[in-house]
Amino acid sequence: MTLLNPRISRVLGVAALVSLVALAVFGLFIAPPDAVQSDAQRLMYLHVPSAWIAYLAYGVTALSSALYLWRRTRSPVWDRLAGASAELGVLFTAMTLVMGSLWGRPVWGVWWAWDARLVTTAVLFFLYVGYLALRRVPAPLETRAKRCAIAALVAFVDVPIVHFSVDWWQTLHQQATVFTPSLNAHIHGVMAFTLWLGVLAFTLLYVYLLDKRYRLETLEEDLESKELAKAIEERVQGAGTTAPPEHVEVGIGR
Amino acid sequence: MNLFQEAALVAGKDLRIEARSRVTAQQILPFGLVVLLLFAFALDPHRGDLTNVAPGLFWVTVLFGTLLAVGRAFSIEAENGARDGLRLSGLDSSALFLGKAAAVAVELAALEALLTVGVVILFNVGLNGVAPLVLATVAATVGLAATGTLYGVLAAGLRVRETLLPVLLLPVVAPVLLGATKAWEASISGVSGDAWPWVTLLGIFAVLFTGIGMLAFGPLLEES
Repeated sequence: MTLLNPRISRVLGVAALVSLVALAVFGLFIAPPDAVQSDAQRLMYLHVPSAWIAYLAYGVTALSSALYLWRRTRSPVWDRLAGASAELGVLFTAMTLVMGSLWGRPVWGVWWAWDARLVTTAVLFFLYVGYLALRRVPAPLETRAKRCAIAALVAFVDVPIVHFSVDWWQTLHQQATVFTPSLNAHIHGVMAFTLWLGVLAFTLLYVYLLDKRYRLETLEEDLESKELAKAIEERVQGAGTTAPPEHVEVGIGR
Repeated sequence: MNLFQEAALVAGKDLRIEARSRVTAQQILPFGLVVLLLFAFALDPHRGDLTNVAPGLFWVTVLFGTLLAVGRAFSIEAENGARDGLRLSGLDSSALFLGKAAAVAVELAALEALLTVGVVILFNVGLNGVAPLVLATVAATVGLAATGTLYGVLAAGLRVRETLLPVLLLPVVAPVLLGATKAWEASISGVSGDAWPWVTLLGIFAVLFTGIGMLAFGPLLEES
């Protein structure tokens, strides 16, 4: 069971690779250096898209969790998708933080500043690290799915509160460049194109990895059920009777 | 019985167990005071640093206390199939949630009362702006008890519950720590006006997570 047709997945992987190479060429060589920040600003082409994709990934996790909890759409597909997407969200959030830190050092003079958006992103990272930890706790699939779906939604509800609370701290971060209230982009030409290319490349990469991670999740579940079947068989043979065992515990259990 | 009577029944049960076992009184409260003492070792008490950062230290200690109180609130039902008893009691799951959260809130209030005396005496903090101070504390306590109980039932019954609870709960309650600390700082320094937005935020947090807890507690209890 896969999310995408293997052929589409392969095409997607190639497209992601090509667009990432194009992004590297545009970001490093074609786009001009920033008037104030010179070459350091080139990190924007990675930093901003990875932040957006992280939000997208958490959005997908929240939506899939809601669809799992809603009885009419309940399916293990949503659970796996939520887990796969959260993992990518954590990955992209970590990348955002690391690249932001690398960018902050030459521009602000510090690796880290206690600015609203930085702190929100860091809290976001830990919220979903917790969620992933919960997903690793062994439990029957349905139990785990329901528990994780609720946890994902609670974390999602918390995000705006975290955002508003830390926003009341004075802000040192540069203001949003593209999605300003008037939606009037402040960057133009090649730089804007490179940024959008970054968004495209990261989106393709996200969908490609999501598909792979989803497949891995189904394989893990398969393995678990096969091990269970094997354990039951061994017990039955070991007891020398045809009676099924009363209770079989698999894995490290709860 | 209506919702609140049922909740009172559950809270009464938890508090009665507490009154007899005295875990809060003999373990959680002394723990809070020890943490205050350790803060004095970590931060030089002679330069007035402690007085300045007392609100933050106070709320960090309360967060630690929340972890212990929540862990305790669910470990009392771990034995003798008591959680099954709760499930089969026929009480509304929202009432179960409210009752358990209320018991945790009462224990936290006791911890906060003691810690307040602690920061006044040990850290030389003068309490001003009592109205926002009290309201912020009440809202923060309700918020912490509600989120704590929600994550408590999520982790209850798992082998890894002691290590899982902090990593799940602490990021979620980060705004409570921030809001309560800022509200206390503003009140103590005499600019109560700055405290009110934070009190509002804490109030919203408390209401929101009480609501979520009432909805989610039933399904989570079934699975625990």
